[in-house]
Amino acid sequence: MNILLDLFLTFARIGLFTFGGGYAMIAMIENSCVEGKKWISHDEMMNITVIAESTPGPIAINCATFTGYKRAGFPGALAATLGLIVPSFAVIYLIALFLDNFLELTLLANALRGIRIAVGILILDAAATMIRKMKRKALPRGIMLCSCAAMLLINIFAWNFSTISLMLLSAAVSLAAFAVQGAPEGKGGDGR
Amino acid sequence: MTYLELFLGFFKVGCFAFGGAYGAIPLIRDVVLSYGWLSDETLTYMIAVSESTPGPIMVNLATYVGCDQAGFGGAAVATLAVVLPSFVVILLVTALLHNVLKNPYVQAVLRGMKPCVTGIVLATGLSMVLKNTIGSVLAPRADLRAVLITVLLLAAMLVYPRLAKKKLSPVWLIILSACLGAGIYAI
Repeated sequence: MNILLDLFLTFARIGLFTFGGGYAMIAMIENSCVEGKKWISHDEMMNITVIAESTPGPIAINCATFTGYKRAGFPGALAATLGLIVPSFAVIYLIALFLDNFLELTLLANALRGIRIAVGILILDAAATMIRKMKRKALPRGIMLCSCAAMLLINIFAWNFSTISLMLLSAAVSLAAFAVQGAPEGKGGDGR
Repeated sequence: MTYLELFLGFFKVGCFAFGGAYGAIPLIRDVVLSYGWLSDETLTYMIAVSESTPGPIMVNLATYVGCDQAGFGGAAVATLAVVLPSFVVILLVTALLHNVLKNPYVQAVLRGMKPCVTGIVLATGLSMVLKNTIGSVLAPRADLRAVLITVLLLAAMLVYPRLAKKKLSPVWLIILSACLGAGIYAI
């Protein structure tokens, strides 16, 4: 199949089935672009997730643009990004035109409650994949556990502390470790 | 003029919305209310709709507001405007990435940020599953139907790979969960 069409359709499928924002999208992209089509490696996926978290805009858009660009340059980036937004555009456009009481349809509301549960599980699945492919060393494990604990506390008590501050803090810890003991062997970040 | 305002407003949202849609909601609220596009009440309702429809929440909101203000053209302008900043930023970063990524200090930064993102994703998943099944952690109240759906979905994810020799695709998990939700909550 034409690569541009393939990018468009793959990301349209991802866009159509992703509910509840960016992190669920990571599980989808891991499944179709890393394991399925092998368009990008897991390591590239992690890099782009980090970059997506520290640049503005929806994470999913960042991932689509990156993957498309990797596969087919600028046209690829355009095809993947458009593919991702077309389904949500179409759905919202139809709702805006025809469905004023969208959330009051009982059957739909019930299905959405089910979907919300799946989204939580998908995000856990994405985290499990990331942990499996993480380097088995004290420092990354420590950072992972600390930021997980911090984020849980932030969520539970609704503290006003952004994820970017957490990431900058982790970067500072890692830089300090690098300054003290140099790079760990096996350069190139997280292996597969 | 409406087109230009829609473009500028949502371009601003796209430029400054860090940390995903939930971090961006105060900014979106600010822009949408200051232009007088939606009432506070409609906006709150539309955020709920955006969370319940596929795709990035910011894109959904932009499409809705654009359509509400200026029909199809408005929807297209607002949607493209909200996406444009991240598109351009990623293109720039990707084009420059090759050399920058080899820098040992950049690698040290990434080595710190990757496990941090992993931790954040894990915490977000845990929080969502807890919120769906027991509500607030501080005042827990179990939702038995949600617990049942959670158990069934987890079972499907564990059993399917043994039978089919491949992972259950997220798309099928979403479809299954919608059917389970429609069925179990109707009882």
